[in-house]
Amino acid sequence: MRAFSFALCLALLVPAMAWAIDALPFKDRAEELRFQHLTRQLRCLVCQNESLADSSADLAKDLRREVFEQMQQGKDDDAIRQYLTERYSDFVLYDPPLRGATILLWFGPLLVLLIGAAAVTRIVRKRSAIQHNTAPGKGTEEDW
Amino acid sequence: MIKRFLPLIGFALVASLLAFGISYMRNNSMNEVPSPLIGKPAPSFRLPVLNQPERFVSNADLAGKPYLLNVFASWCFACREEHPLLMAEGRSLGIPVVGFNYKDETADATRWLQQYGDPYSVVIVDRDGAIAIDFGVYGAPESFLVDGEGIIRYKQIGPITPDVLAFELKPLLASLKGAAP
Repeated sequence: MRAFSFALCLALLVPAMAWAIDALPFKDRAEELRFQHLTRQLRCLVCQNESLADSSADLAKDLRREVFEQMQQGKDDDAIRQYLTERYSDFVLYDPPLRGATILLWFGPLLVLLIGAAAVTRIVRKRSAIQHNTAPGKGTEEDW
Repeated sequence: MIKRFLPLIGFALVASLLAFGISYMRNNSMNEVPSPLIGKPAPSFRLPVLNQPERFVSNADLAGKPYLLNVFASWCFACREEHPLLMAEGRSLGIPVVGFNYKDETADATRWLQQYGDPYSVVIVDRDGAIAIDFGVYGAPESFLVDGEGIIRYKQIGPITPDVLAFELKPLLASLKGAAP
Protein backbone atom coordinates (compact mmCIF):
# COMPACT_ATOMS: atom_id res chain seq x y z
CA MET A 1 0.00 0.00 0.00
CA ARG A 2 2.79 2.37 0.94
CA ALA A 3 4.66 1.49 -2.20
CA PHE A 4 1.55 2.12 -4.21
CA SER A 5 0.91 5.56 -2.77
CA PHE A 6 4.56 6.44 -3.26
CA ALA A 7 4.30 5.40 -6.90
CA LEU A 8 1.12 7.42 -7.22
CA CYS A 9 2.86 10.48 -5.79
CA LEU A 10 5.68 10.05 -8.28
CA ALA A 11 3.25 9.59 -11.14
CA LEU A 12 1.48 12.78 -10.17
CA LEU A 13 4.76 14.64 -9.80
CA VAL A 14 6.26 13.75 -13.15
CA PRO A 15 3.90 15.74 -15.38
CA ALA A 16 4.23 18.73 -13.07
CA MET A 17 7.98 18.60 -13.42
CA ALA A 18 7.88 18.05 -17.16
CA TRP A 19 5.56 21.01 -17.57
CA ALA A 20 8.09 23.82 -17.60
CA ILE A 21 11.03 21.97 -19.07
CA ASP A 22 11.64 22.58 -22.73
CA ALA A 23 13.63 20.19 -24.82
CA LEU A 24 16.73 22.32 -25.08
CA PRO A 25 19.80 20.64 -26.49
CA PHE A 26 22.29 21.13 -23.69
CA LYS A 27 25.74 19.91 -24.53
CA ASP A 28 26.37 18.59 -21.03
CA ARG A 29 24.95 18.41 -17.53
CA ALA A 30 27.02 21.38 -16.32
CA GLU A 31 25.51 23.64 -18.94
CA GLU A 32 22.04 22.48 -18.03
CA LEU A 33 22.67 23.18 -14.34
CA ARG A 34 24.02 26.63 -15.18
CA PHE A 35 20.91 27.31 -17.26
CA GLN A 36 18.62 26.19 -14.46
CA HIS A 37 20.54 28.18 -11.86
CA LEU A 38 20.32 31.32 -14.01
CA THR A 39 16.67 31.04 -14.99
CA ARG A 40 15.71 30.45 -11.39
CA GLN A 41 17.06 33.90 -10.50
CA LEU A 42 14.95 35.53 -13.18
CA ARG A 43 11.34 36.49 -12.83
CA CYS A 44 8.67 35.61 -15.34
CA LEU A 45 7.11 38.90 -16.47
CA VAL A 46 3.70 37.41 -17.15
CA CYS A 47 3.07 35.51 -13.94
CA GLN A 48 5.26 37.49 -11.65
CA ASN A 49 5.32 35.09 -8.77
CA GLU A 50 7.03 32.46 -10.85
CA SER A 51 10.62 32.24 -11.90
CA LEU A 52 11.57 31.96 -15.53
CA ALA A 53 12.60 28.38 -14.84
CA ASP A 54 9.18 27.37 -13.54
CA SER A 55 6.80 29.34 -15.69
CA SER A 56 4.90 27.78 -18.54
CA ALA A 57 3.88 31.15 -19.97
CA ASP A 58 4.60 31.64 -23.64
CA LEU A 59 6.91 34.58 -23.05
CA ALA A 60 8.83 32.63 -20.42
CA LYS A 61 9.40 29.92 -23.00
CA ASP A 62 10.69 32.50 -25.49
CA LEU A 63 12.95 34.06 -22.88
CA ARG A 64 14.30 30.67 -21.83
CA ARG A 65 15.14 29.99 -25.45
CA GLU A 66 16.79 33.42 -25.66
CA VAL A 67 18.85 32.73 -22.53
CA PHE A 68 19.83 29.35 -23.93
CA GLU A 69 20.89 30.82 -27.27
CA GLN A 70 22.95 33.51 -25.59
CA MET A 71 24.64 30.84 -23.49
CA GLN A 72 25.53 29.08 -26.74
CA GLN A 73 27.03 32.32 -28.01
CA GLY A 74 29.34 32.22 -25.01
CA LYS A 75 27.77 35.09 -23.06
CA ASP A 76 28.30 34.91 -19.31
CA ASP A 77 25.51 35.10 -16.75
CA ASP A 78 26.04 38.79 -16.03
CA ALA A 79 25.80 39.67 -19.71
CA ILE A 80 22.55 37.72 -20.03
CA ARG A 81 21.13 39.36 -16.93
CA GLN A 82 22.09 42.74 -18.35
CA TYR A 83 20.45 41.90 -21.66
CA LEU A 84 17.20 41.21 -19.83
CA THR A 85 17.32 44.20 -17.49
CA GLU A 86 17.93 46.51 -20.45
CA ARG A 87 14.57 45.39 -21.78
CA TYR A 88 12.52 44.53 -18.73
CA SER A 89 14.19 46.64 -15.98
CA ASP A 90 15.41 45.32 -12.63
CA PHE A 91 11.98 43.73 -12.33
CA VAL A 92 13.26 40.55 -13.98
CA LEU A 93 15.80 40.05 -11.22
CA TYR A 94 14.68 38.35 -8.05
CA ASP A 95 17.82 39.72 -6.45
CA PRO A 96 17.63 43.49 -6.98
CA PRO A 97 20.94 45.34 -7.32
CA LEU A 98 22.01 47.75 -4.58
CA ARG A 99 21.53 51.33 -5.73
CA GLY A 100 19.87 54.58 -4.63
CA ALA A 101 16.31 53.50 -5.28
CA THR A 102 16.72 50.14 -3.56
CA ILE A 103 18.51 51.25 -0.38
CA LEU A 104 15.32 51.07 1.66
CA LEU A 105 14.56 47.64 0.23
CA TRP A 106 17.96 46.35 1.25
CA PHE A 107 18.40 48.05 4.59
CA GLY A 108 14.78 48.67 5.63
CA PRO A 109 14.55 45.42 7.61
CA LEU A 110 17.86 46.20 9.35
CA LEU A 111 16.54 49.65 10.22
CA VAL A 112 13.38 48.16 11.73
CA LEU A 113 15.52 45.68 13.67
CA LEU A 114 17.67 48.50 15.04
CA ILE A 115 14.63 50.50 16.10
CA GLY A 116 13.24 47.39 17.82
CA ALA A 117 16.56 46.67 19.53
CA ALA A 118 16.79 50.27 20.75
CA ALA A 119 13.27 50.10 22.14
CA VAL A 120 13.96 46.80 23.93
CA THR A 121 17.24 48.10 25.39
CA ARG A 122 15.50 51.18 26.70
CA ILE A 123 12.70 49.23 28.33
CA VAL A 124 15.07 46.69 29.88
CA ARG A 125 17.34 49.43 31.24
CA LYS A 126 14.42 51.29 32.73
CA ARG A 127 13.06 48.18 34.43
CA SER A 128 16.41 47.20 35.87
CA ALA A 129 16.87 50.76 37.10
CA ILE A 130 13.52 50.52 38.90
CA GLN A 131 14.51 47.20 40.43
CA HIS A 132 17.84 48.61 41.56
CA ASN A 133 16.10 51.49 43.24
CA THR A 134 13.56 49.34 45.07
CA ALA A 135 15.78 46.35 45.87
CA PRO A 136 18.02 48.07 48.46
CA GLY A 137 14.93 49.57 50.10
CA LYS A 138 13.43 46.14 50.43
CA GLY A 139 16.68 44.81 51.84
CA THR A 140 16.83 47.43 54.53
CA GLU A 141 13.23 46.78 55.42
CA GLU A 142 14.04 43.15 55.94
CA ASP A 143 17.07 44.11 57.99
CA TRP A 144 14.87 46.08 60.23
CA MET B 1 0.78 61.24 30.75
CA ILE B 2 1.97 60.87 27.18
CA LYS B 3 3.12 57.34 27.98
CA ARG B 4 -0.45 56.19 28.19
CA PHE B 5 -0.96 57.10 24.57
CA LEU B 6 2.20 55.45 23.29
CA PRO B 7 0.44 52.21 22.27
CA LEU B 8 -2.22 54.25 20.52
CA ILE B 9 0.41 56.30 18.67
CA GLY B 10 2.19 53.10 17.68
CA PHE B 11 -1.05 51.64 16.41
CA ALA B 12 -1.82 54.79 14.44
CA LEU B 13 1.64 54.70 12.86
CA VAL B 14 1.28 51.08 11.77
CA ALA B 15 -2.28 51.69 10.55
CA SER B 16 -1.24 54.68 8.46
CA LEU B 17 1.66 52.69 7.00
CA LEU B 18 -0.72 49.94 5.94
CA ALA B 19 -3.22 52.46 4.56
CA PHE B 20 -0.43 54.06 2.55
CA GLY B 21 0.54 50.64 1.22
CA ILE B 22 -3.00 49.87 0.11
CA SER B 23 -3.57 53.22 -1.58
CA TYR B 24 -0.16 53.04 -3.25
CA MET B 25 -0.95 49.61 -4.64
CA ARG B 26 -4.25 50.89 -5.96
CA ASN B 27 -2.71 53.78 -7.83
CA ASN B 28 0.46 52.07 -9.00
CA SER B 29 -0.20 48.65 -10.35
CA MET B 30 2.58 46.42 -9.11
CA ASN B 31 2.00 44.17 -12.09
CA GLU B 32 3.23 46.81 -14.48
CA VAL B 33 6.86 46.41 -15.26
CA PRO B 34 8.42 49.88 -15.65
CA SER B 35 10.01 50.13 -19.07
CA PRO B 36 13.70 50.99 -18.98
CA LEU B 37 13.40 52.00 -22.63
CA ILE B 38 11.57 55.27 -22.07
CA GLY B 39 13.84 58.11 -23.17
CA LYS B 40 15.99 55.68 -25.12
CA PRO B 41 16.04 54.96 -28.85
CA ALA B 42 13.53 52.38 -30.01
CA PRO B 43 15.21 49.03 -30.67
CA SER B 44 16.09 48.58 -34.31
CA PHE B 45 13.75 46.37 -36.26
CA ARG B 46 13.02 45.36 -39.82
CA LEU B 47 9.81 43.40 -40.06
CA PRO B 48 7.60 42.21 -42.91
CA VAL B 49 4.25 43.84 -43.59
CA LEU B 50 1.15 41.75 -42.97
CA ASN B 51 0.09 39.98 -46.16
CA GLN B 52 2.99 41.56 -48.02
CA PRO B 53 5.89 39.38 -46.88
CA GLU B 54 8.19 40.86 -49.52
CA ARG B 55 7.76 44.37 -48.11
CA PHE B 56 9.67 45.33 -44.98
CA VAL B 57 9.32 48.26 -42.59
CA SER B 58 12.20 49.37 -40.38
CA ASN B 59 12.94 52.20 -37.95
CA ALA B 60 14.43 54.20 -40.82
CA ASP B 61 11.16 54.05 -42.75
CA LEU B 62 9.28 55.57 -39.83
CA ALA B 63 11.91 58.11 -38.78
CA GLY B 64 11.35 61.86 -38.91
CA LYS B 65 7.82 61.80 -37.55
CA PRO B 66 6.32 60.55 -34.28
CA TYR B 67 4.36 57.34 -34.48
CA LEU B 68 2.40 55.08 -32.19
CA LEU B 69 3.42 51.44 -32.18
CA ASN B 70 0.51 49.30 -31.04
CA VAL B 71 1.26 45.69 -30.11
CA PHE B 72 -1.76 43.53 -30.85
CA ALA B 73 -2.73 39.95 -31.66
CA SER B 74 -5.89 38.19 -32.68
CA TRP B 75 -5.58 35.90 -29.64
CA CYS B 76 -5.40 38.89 -27.32
CA PHE B 77 -8.68 39.53 -25.60
CA ALA B 78 -7.84 42.97 -24.20
CA CYS B 79 -6.86 44.08 -27.71
CA ARG B 80 -10.47 43.71 -28.74
CA GLU B 81 -11.38 45.95 -25.82
CA GLU B 82 -8.95 48.58 -27.00
CA HIS B 83 -9.77 48.29 -30.67
CA PRO B 84 -12.90 50.49 -30.92
CA LEU B 85 -10.97 53.38 -29.40
CA LEU B 86 -8.21 53.05 -31.98
CA MET B 87 -10.84 52.86 -34.72
CA ALA B 88 -12.64 55.96 -33.49
CA GLU B 89 -9.77 58.11 -32.24
CA GLY B 90 -6.66 56.73 -33.93
CA ARG B 91 -6.78 59.19 -36.80
CA SER B 92 -7.38 62.15 -34.51
CA LEU B 93 -3.88 61.66 -33.11
CA GLY B 94 -2.55 62.90 -36.43
CA ILE B 95 0.33 60.44 -36.43
CA PRO B 96 0.77 57.02 -38.04
CA VAL B 97 -0.52 54.20 -35.86
CA VAL B 98 1.65 51.22 -36.64
CA GLY B 99 0.19 47.82 -35.85
CA PHE B 100 2.67 45.37 -34.36
CA ASN B 101 1.19 41.94 -34.87
CA TYR B 102 2.67 39.90 -32.04
CA LYS B 103 3.09 36.12 -32.26
CA ASP B 104 0.07 35.64 -34.44
CA GLU B 105 -1.00 33.66 -37.48
CA THR B 106 -1.27 35.73 -40.65
CA ALA B 107 -4.70 34.34 -41.47
CA ASP B 108 -6.01 35.02 -37.95
CA ALA B 109 -4.66 38.55 -37.88
CA THR B 110 -6.10 39.31 -41.32
CA ARG B 111 -9.51 37.97 -40.35
CA TRP B 112 -9.41 39.90 -37.08
CA LEU B 113 -8.69 43.17 -38.89
CA GLN B 114 -11.42 42.47 -41.42
CA GLN B 115 -13.92 41.74 -38.70
CA TYR B 116 -13.18 44.64 -36.34
CA GLY B 117 -11.65 47.13 -38.76
CA ASP B 118 -8.11 48.21 -39.49
CA PRO B 119 -7.03 51.38 -37.66
CA TYR B 120 -3.39 51.01 -38.69
CA SER B 121 -1.40 52.87 -41.30
CA VAL B 122 0.71 49.74 -41.66
CA VAL B 123 0.80 46.40 -39.85
CA ILE B 124 4.16 44.74 -39.27
CA VAL B 125 4.51 41.12 -38.25
CA ASP B 126 6.69 39.73 -35.47
CA ARG B 127 5.89 36.09 -35.82
CA ASP B 128 8.27 34.64 -33.24
CA GLY B 129 8.25 37.63 -30.88
CA ALA B 130 11.99 38.29 -31.10
CA ILE B 131 11.69 42.03 -31.76
CA ALA B 132 8.98 42.21 -29.10
CA ILE B 133 11.57 41.03 -26.55
CA ASP B 134 13.83 43.90 -27.61
CA PHE B 135 10.93 46.25 -26.93
CA GLY B 136 10.37 44.68 -23.52
CA VAL B 137 6.89 43.52 -24.52
CA TYR B 138 5.46 41.05 -22.04
CA GLY B 139 1.84 41.03 -23.06
CA ALA B 140 -0.60 42.55 -25.45
CA PRO B 141 -1.85 45.16 -25.93
CA GLU B 142 1.07 47.45 -25.34
CA SER B 143 1.71 50.75 -27.08
CA PHE B 144 4.83 52.81 -27.58
CA LEU B 145 4.92 56.45 -28.56
CA VAL B 146 8.09 57.04 -30.56
CA ASP B 147 9.13 60.58 -31.45
CA GLY B 148 10.64 61.90 -34.68
CA GLU B 149 14.15 61.10 -33.51
CA GLY B 150 13.20 57.51 -32.82
CA ILE B 151 13.16 57.93 -29.03
CA ILE B 152 10.50 56.07 -27.04
CA ARG B 153 8.57 58.71 -25.12
CA TYR B 154 5.76 56.75 -23.56
CA LYS B 155 4.67 53.19 -23.01
CA GLN B 156 1.16 52.08 -22.28
CA ILE B 157 0.83 48.61 -20.81
CA GLY B 158 -2.62 47.20 -21.39
CA PRO B 159 -5.39 48.79 -23.43
CA ILE B 160 -5.26 52.48 -24.27
CA THR B 161 -8.20 54.00 -22.44
CA PRO B 162 -9.92 57.31 -23.27
CA ASP B 163 -8.14 58.75 -20.22
CA VAL B 164 -4.73 57.64 -21.40
CA LEU B 165 -5.48 59.09 -24.81
CA ALA B 166 -6.70 62.43 -23.48
CA PHE B 167 -4.33 62.96 -20.56
CA GLU B 168 -1.16 61.18 -21.61
CA LEU B 169 -0.82 60.67 -25.34
CA LYS B 170 -2.37 63.87 -26.67
CA PRO B 171 -0.52 66.29 -24.32
CA LEU B 172 2.73 64.47 -25.02
CA LEU B 173 2.13 64.67 -28.76
CA ALA B 174 1.31 68.37 -28.49
CA SER B 175 4.58 68.97 -26.65
CA LEU B 176 6.47 66.98 -29.28
CA LYS B 177 4.93 69.06 -32.02
CA GLY B 178 5.64 72.25 -30.08
CA ALA B 179 9.29 71.28 -29.75
CA ALA B 180 9.69 70.46 -33.41
CA PRO B 181 10.61 73.47 -35.57
